Amino acid sequence: MTETSPSSADAALLHEVAELIVSALNLEIPAGEIEPDAPLYGEGLGLDSIDILEVALVVSKRFGFSLRADNEDNLQIFSSLRSLSDHIAANRVG
Amino acid sequence: MTAVGTLPLHFPSLHTVSHLPLVSHTDPDAVIARRHGEVISLRRFLADIERVAAMLPDTEHVLNVCSDRYHFAVGLAASMVSGRISLLPSTYTPETLRHLAAFAPDCQVLTDGEGAQFSLPAIRFPELHRADELPAAMPAVPQLESTRLVAWVFTSGSTGTPLPHRKTWGRLVINVRAEGVALGLDPARPATLIGTVPPQHMYGFESTVLVAWQSGAAFDAGRPFYPADIAAALARTPAPAALITTPFHLRTLFDEGVALTQVELVVSATAPLPVELAHQAEARLGAPLLEIYGSTETGQIATRRSALTSEWTLFPGIRLETRDGQTWADGGHIEVAVPMSDVIEQVDTQRFLLRGRNADLINIAGKRTSLGYLNQQLLAIPGVRDGGFHLPDGERDGHITRLVAFVVAPGLSERELRAALRERIDTAFMPRPLIFLDTLPRNATGKLPRETCEALLQAHLRRKVANAQETGAQGTDEQGVGT
Repeated sequence: MTETSPSSADAALLHEVAELIVSALNLEIPAGEIEPDAPLYGEGLGLDSIDILEVALVVSKRFGFSLRADNEDNLQIFSSLRSLSDHIAANRVG
Repeated sequence: MTAVGTLPLHFPSLHTVSHLPLVSHTDPDAVIARRHGEVISLRRFLADIERVAAMLPDTEHVLNVCSDRYHFAVGLAASMVSGRISLLPSTYTPETLRHLAAFAPDCQVLTDGEGAQFSLPAIRFPELHRADELPAAMPAVPQLESTRLVAWVFTSGSTGTPLPHRKTWGRLVINVRAEGVALGLDPARPATLIGTVPPQHMYGFESTVLVAWQSGAAFDAGRPFYPADIAAALARTPAPAALITTPFHLRTLFDEGVALTQVELVVSATAPLPVELAHQAEARLGAPLLEIYGSTETGQIATRRSALTSEWTLFPGIRLETRDGQTWADGGHIEVAVPMSDVIEQVDTQRFLLRGRNADLINIAGKRTSLGYLNQQLLAIPGVRDGGFHLPDGERDGHITRLVAFVVAPGLSERELRAALRERIDTAFMPRPLIFLDTLPRNATGKLPRETCEALLQAHLRRKVANAQETGAQGTDEQGVGT
């Protein structure tokens, strides 16, 4: 189970985002096995920048906002399932 | 920008020109780059080159991994003017870095990020000049011998060792000046090129940095990543702007539905662009879309206006000829005659059609390799008894098709095998799925034919669906043998 705070993603959102990643990328791993704090990029789940753009696209469709790279590091939002979910919780529309 | 024009009379010939300038810009205030909203002039660029050239280590070879396009360009120019050679590998896996170190033992990394991730000695890109601290006198624009070796670019080859290809200054210049003409880049009305591809990749190297240098144009120092970043880059760039991108980036850009500022030119390369996407690009971005065809070995050799024709038109001086059933490219700026990795149907001496790729060659998101190379990397991993990569039949509408690998490795977990593969091959080629089998159904000659691979993959996908249904139905788990 995951710790939640008012400003961060709850367990339901974590699971929803994990499901979204698995279906967008047609991954073999079950959504429930994606570790919330393991890296999505490179080591860990092993996503690359092509995957990240695919996930960004479905995130924008599902949650109604476009991802932006706020700094030099395009992939910081994708450092883990939790960081992506927190970012979605903070920016989602509706 | 002008319409696609004829070559100017002063087009250089390697037989008559001994030196060629670093850039075609001459006005000290000419714009070389736009960086974080700031304009970087020729005067400032030349001063930055001198600063970086003076701090480069005492080595002949530089691996320039700077992600800021302006840093990369300054590092490249500083290396060139100080007689150093840049190395442009197709990937930075530990295995590739080991090969680079063997190829050029003195090689050092020039980086504007974390140097620690490389197994080679690294130097940090220095602070640049501020606009208000430039020397009063502008240094002269460097002139470089046309025979000067500027870079080694590498392809993965088929033997497990990256293959180096030489790039000399004169031939690079001839190539990108022809590109500038083909793209209609008009030095009298300098464009700003916005690239979604890295400058280290041959396409980005030529089409965002060198072509700007030699066509009086500027480039944006960034590399917008998300669709909204690309939209923002287009919106903040003064006209005329050009978007230098790939089919994959165009598809995600249009799929997301962000509002887009019109540009004057769109350029696509790395994979053939579906004609529907070409039409969409012209409509959404309000500009002609030109596709470039080329390879690491040859540089660029042809262009086409994809919404209007499927025929490619060769760059001046390039010849195609058929030898032993394969098409070779030669002439013009090409260093040595090269067999092309695509099946090419010539229409006449100037025009051709692409009819698919040769079976062994792989191109994923602009990264190229061969099945032979990938198989060798897989089989070299301790614990792998047998294995093979496969490129599935797939859709080609701007989506990226991933490779599949079959492997016999009884003592290895998927996690261990993936970690070992990641050391050796670019992430673009990481198999998805990686399918473990007890044995591979090789044929009498020891081969694993395409049809066999496709059948293995389909069987795997059927098992996966069946497993999912069983799980969903809370059924028995006796057959739940995943891979």
